[in-house]
Amino acid sequence: MAVTTSDMTASAQTMNNVEAVRATLYDALRSDDRVIILGEDVGARGNVFLITKDFIDEFGERRIIDTPIAEASIVGIAVGMAMEGLRPIAEIQFADFIYPAFNQIVGEAAKTRYRSNGEYTCPLVIRTPYGGGVRGALSHSVSVEALFYHVPGLKIVAPAFPADVKGLLNASIDDPDPVLFLEHKKTYRLIKGEVPAGHYTIPIGKANLLKEGTQLSVVSYGLYVHWALEAANALDAEGISVEVIDLRSIRPMDRGTILQSVEKTRKLLIVHEDNKFGGVGAEISAMVAEEALFHLDAPIRRLCAPDVPAMGYAETLEHEYMSSPAKIAAAMRELATF
Amino acid sequence: MSVKTTTALDRRGLSDDQLRRLFANMLLQRQLDNRGFQLNRQGKVPFALGSEGHEALQAGAALAFERGKDVLAPYYRDLGLCLGVGLTPYEIMLSIFARAGDHNGGRQFPNHYSSKSLGILSFSSILAAHIPHAVGAAYVIAYRGEVGRAVLCTCGDGTTSEGEWHESVNFASIHRLPVVFLVENNLWAISTPLSKQMAQPEIWKRAAGYGMPGKRFNGFDPIETYACVKEALDRARSGGGPTLLEGMCYRFLAHSTDDNDMTYRTKEEVVERRKNDPVQRFEALLIEGGVMTRDDATAMKQEVLAQTNDATDRAEAMPFPQAHDLYANVYEGAWEPWQ
Repeated sequence: MAVTTSDMTASAQTMNNVEAVRATLYDALRSDDRVIILGEDVGARGNVFLITKDFIDEFGERRIIDTPIAEASIVGIAVGMAMEGLRPIAEIQFADFIYPAFNQIVGEAAKTRYRSNGEYTCPLVIRTPYGGGVRGALSHSVSVEALFYHVPGLKIVAPAFPADVKGLLNASIDDPDPVLFLEHKKTYRLIKGEVPAGHYTIPIGKANLLKEGTQLSVVSYGLYVHWALEAANALDAEGISVEVIDLRSIRPMDRGTILQSVEKTRKLLIVHEDNKFGGVGAEISAMVAEEALFHLDAPIRRLCAPDVPAMGYAETLEHEYMSSPAKIAAAMRELATF
Repeated sequence: MSVKTTTALDRRGLSDDQLRRLFANMLLQRQLDNRGFQLNRQGKVPFALGSEGHEALQAGAALAFERGKDVLAPYYRDLGLCLGVGLTPYEIMLSIFARAGDHNGGRQFPNHYSSKSLGILSFSSILAAHIPHAVGAAYVIAYRGEVGRAVLCTCGDGTTSEGEWHESVNFASIHRLPVVFLVENNLWAISTPLSKQMAQPEIWKRAAGYGMPGKRFNGFDPIETYACVKEALDRARSGGGPTLLEGMCYRFLAHSTDDNDMTYRTKEEVVERRKNDPVQRFEALLIEGGVMTRDDATAMKQEVLAQTNDATDRAEAMPFPQAHDLYANVYEGAWEPWQ
């Protein structure tokens, strides 16, 4: 993964999600000296997934900062940098380690613009790998989006495809407000796709209608988007037509795309890896119940993780916690025939 | 450590005019503090918080700050620092009255002053959360190679117990950033005394553990404060890295208008400390030293009272924010809330 070209995405290329993050960060560092990266092991090691490998050689240790192991100040120092005009990209090595930084994200970054009535802003990106299916045990597998999506002032992005990773990461870096950029680590090398050349952005807050269908709508994000798509394609053969929406952004959320789809198919299944209670699916359910109840032909269904603290390290425990294309297909079938 | 009594005027290179400005700042702090508490008792504002006992420390530190260059990362007991770097009594009163023209539009508690044009960073009530911001700001100065600029970051003694305080001081030292950490040690964190905050009560000694210079000084002496803060800021501005300073002072008032300090400390303790009141002592010192006359002092007090009255009346006459202002500045541009 040596950096050999001046623009790693000069022409359309097939990339996995790790490569898409890496190429986008590289281009941002090349094009704007306000962009700096700080986090644990981002320098000499080049990040534990090698996303920033060799960056320190090209951009130097003032722009690629190996920080002490101190998540609150990784984010907090980045907030100060952002308030004073840089475009910091703070990395939390695993989403599981983000808890010490909770106040800096929720109490500080998300409220900087609001509490100063616009005098100060916080154009900050916080990148972090999240999610399970990699035998990451209790503390290298969590989904954290529900802990943060309650917070106005913060934006949350969770792309599933390499092209979306690039477009949304560019949009996040350009964004004048703080963005929590969630990267599902199981998709890092599993998911490959064509990534367009050059600089482009995908608007934060816009979902993507991946597959049109008529009998039910499925809303998901992250790894489970791929499994939902796989299940929906399989159900085509059974004569069940499923519409699949990749949320891509969790906050702001694309209400219009969800409502338009539900009003057409009249059934809604929400699928996410995070646990059900108070999860993103709860908000989508409430919103659809408020806005489109009389369009519905069946109760809203949520297929989510069980209400337990975490997936376990043992394969059986992880398997029980995680969903699968087969489980998602079963939920689709059940709702389609309701 | 008990706060030392200053016995003779050692002006440390300060002109008569600078010394009088120090005193004027201290008077203004006390008058505005009193006004906040009065307005609260009159039922005109729901909350006030005072800095009495910090006047000398803040006037001295503010004099070492270079307006238009340095960045101030204050905390909520920094009225005098904010006045000293350029906020006006009118701006203070807009904050106390939560009026629309306030820098934060009436959103924050009083005492949470910020001003981008003056280089005062916005901060919340969450203690130590602003310390990493100060360090980030210092990193930007170093990153841009802006010699001659530094960040002055203040906090109380209790805040040094927070993890983010440690994380930030550690990071600043690793990168030798242009920042001065000034701890205003008033011995109390609401009701918690220093002895329950730390076993080793000399905060400045922690500097050795971080590999940076540290110094403790008498925060009841504005001139000593000025000299110490200036030395540290000059070092930071010229690439010499961070410093940890500990200014000893005392909190004369309760934590805020919502606190009753007689539930956890004695009146005798406060009375004893008041004997060294930094405002009265500095007044006597300047008169003895021939910097001003008793009449000058009286005139300055009248001027400060007039300024405070004028600021109070003007601010009180201003409108509150509109209800729809609640929805502004959530994000850049218009924000349609999730209904």
